[in-house]
Amino acid sequence: MGPLSSGITRLYGPRGWAAIAAFAFVAFVVFPILALVVPESSPFHVSAYWVTLIGKIMCYAIVALAMDLIWGYAGILSLGHGLFFALGGYAFGMYLMRQIGADGQYRVNMPDFMVFLDWKEFPWHWALSDSFVAQLLLVVLVPGLLAFVFGYFAFRSRVKGVYFSIITQALTYAAMLLFFRNDTGFGGNNGFTDFKRILGIPITTDEMRIVLFCITGAVLIGTLVLLRWIVTSKFGRVLAAIRDAEQRVMFCGYNTVHYKLAVWTLSAVLCGIAGALYVPQVGIINPSEMSPANSIEIAIWVAVGGRGTLTGAILGAGLVNGAKSFFTQAFPEYWLFVLGLLFVLVTLFLPQGVMGLLQHRRPAPAPPPVRSAPETPGAPRARAAQ
Amino acid sequence: MSPGAVHSAEGVGGGAPTGHVATGALDTTHGVVLYLEDISVSFEGFKALDGLSLAIDAGELRCVIGPNGAGKTTMMDVITGKTRPDAGTAFFGQTIDLTRLAEAEIAQAGIGRKFQKPTIFEHHTAFENLELAMKADKRVRGTLFHRIAPAERDRIAETLRRIRLADAADRAAGLLSHGQKQWLEIGMLLMQEPKLLLLDEPVAGMSDEETERTAELFLSLAGEHSLVVVEHDMAFIERIARKVTVLHEGAVLAEGALAEVQEDPRVIEVYLGR
Repeated sequence: MGPLSSGITRLYGPRGWAAIAAFAFVAFVVFPILALVVPESSPFHVSAYWVTLIGKIMCYAIVALAMDLIWGYAGILSLGHGLFFALGGYAFGMYLMRQIGADGQYRVNMPDFMVFLDWKEFPWHWALSDSFVAQLLLVVLVPGLLAFVFGYFAFRSRVKGVYFSIITQALTYAAMLLFFRNDTGFGGNNGFTDFKRILGIPITTDEMRIVLFCITGAVLIGTLVLLRWIVTSKFGRVLAAIRDAEQRVMFCGYNTVHYKLAVWTLSAVLCGIAGALYVPQVGIINPSEMSPANSIEIAIWVAVGGRGTLTGAILGAGLVNGAKSFFTQAFPEYWLFVLGLLFVLVTLFLPQGVMGLLQHRRPAPAPPPVRSAPETPGAPRARAAQ
Repeated sequence: MSPGAVHSAEGVGGGAPTGHVATGALDTTHGVVLYLEDISVSFEGFKALDGLSLAIDAGELRCVIGPNGAGKTTMMDVITGKTRPDAGTAFFGQTIDLTRLAEAEIAQAGIGRKFQKPTIFEHHTAFENLELAMKADKRVRGTLFHRIAPAERDRIAETLRRIRLADAADRAAGLLSHGQKQWLEIGMLLMQEPKLLLLDEPVAGMSDEETERTAELFLSLAGEHSLVVVEHDMAFIERIARKVTVLHEGAVLAEGALAEVQEDPRVIEVYLGR
């Protein structure tokens, strides 16, 4: 067995790879055919609504994977991941705004909100906004750099647990207030919308929708495989050890600050990429993406799916957002109650999330009996709940 | 692995902590592996350590005893970088200034620590616990691309046999018995190949047989490694002790052979007599 094939079997067994191949086949072959080739009159035709909805949920799944990496494996709960998602979205949105050209309401080669504010030239941070490549780099660099600087100070000062979560929540809230201001130069509370083109190609055609859909699917698969590779490496075992007993890891000779900073920054970058894929598909980005509630919802997806499993994060993002689009249409006023109830029920009865439920159903070899003498007070109750 | 004199021209104790592990080789040319002088630590007015001075020879097995609150654990915290002393010097060999290094750097320099409460990675298997502790490149990139070599596998298997966990290699460490957890933590220390082992109550919760095996293990390690053992179990101390240090109220009260120390009237008054 060569190193490559042993590396591949380390990641997933035959069933896992078959599931990924099946997903790829549906996303890259079946879905495009149903959307583009099958005529609209056919019951098998997939409408633009569904392409956009599933594309959007795949973006959320990438965010959920990024969250699971830091929360499920490294034990760092971020309640501000919506910020990195929004920053990626804004970075790409700036390019989309420039692509509108002179087709805006005022027929000037400048975004409408700038004309409305009577600005004569672009502010400094829009300097590169005309360049597709530059803005793609910013999609990665802005969330990555912010996460790196913030993480460096937080982890070096040993800010942990709930204190860290609260600070991330405050960070995204502060950013939201900043982006609400017109002076900041990001369209204030309206944000960016009315996109027309990417690379000169119209954005609202079925073909463009499918292209964005397929790119999102590819990024989702790529993210899953990359993170799976990370968490099954020795590095991944160090991460889980940091989650369980950080001090022991330090006394083993690992500088835990570097480890946490590495996954934290990677997680933010993945969120930025997801945000950049989200904006052209959904057609709008505004500061509400940075609201604290949005970031909390990300944590709920992962909790529902099952922490520390990666697959569970994708499942959770799909289930919760599928339920959300159903409820917000059928019973819009009840969605937040349903979400809250879901979170409470999962916390009480499914500490391992949906993945834990699936793994329990499957006949697995019984774990060896617990013989450990000193029990933590909560442990027997937690076992009973399962 | 020889404990003998490792000559090292350049000292590294002088530099500020860099965040990188940049400690020079351990220099024990004067026969001393650990040197504490006038260490003081206070927590909001309470003097946990009050002018503590202590020297451990290379290859020595030293027992440290003392009543609760004497400062035994705080002393270990200072040596391992968890607590910074308010005053005093702490040197590892001739050159490595422990008060200037972070925990991970001190561990890399060659000091291993076993905690009072067994601290292992409960969700990892016994094998993985030893793998993570094993002496290796512990920086992010090295760990990310690490592939376990057959020689490393053999070393882990050998240590598993030594700590009598060969049959439990693939069992989650959280499922081991208390005594087995203690042994696993000692095994993790051995994998780090430390020059100096600090062992805080290593036989607490062990059966008599396990305690005896632990005593044998420690006696076999001395010479090759230096050991500092903090224990309350006097039978265990009697079994392994060569030189005993008695701590009281953050300072050394008495030092010498166990029999001498036990006859010291000050020691009897504060500790053994009660």
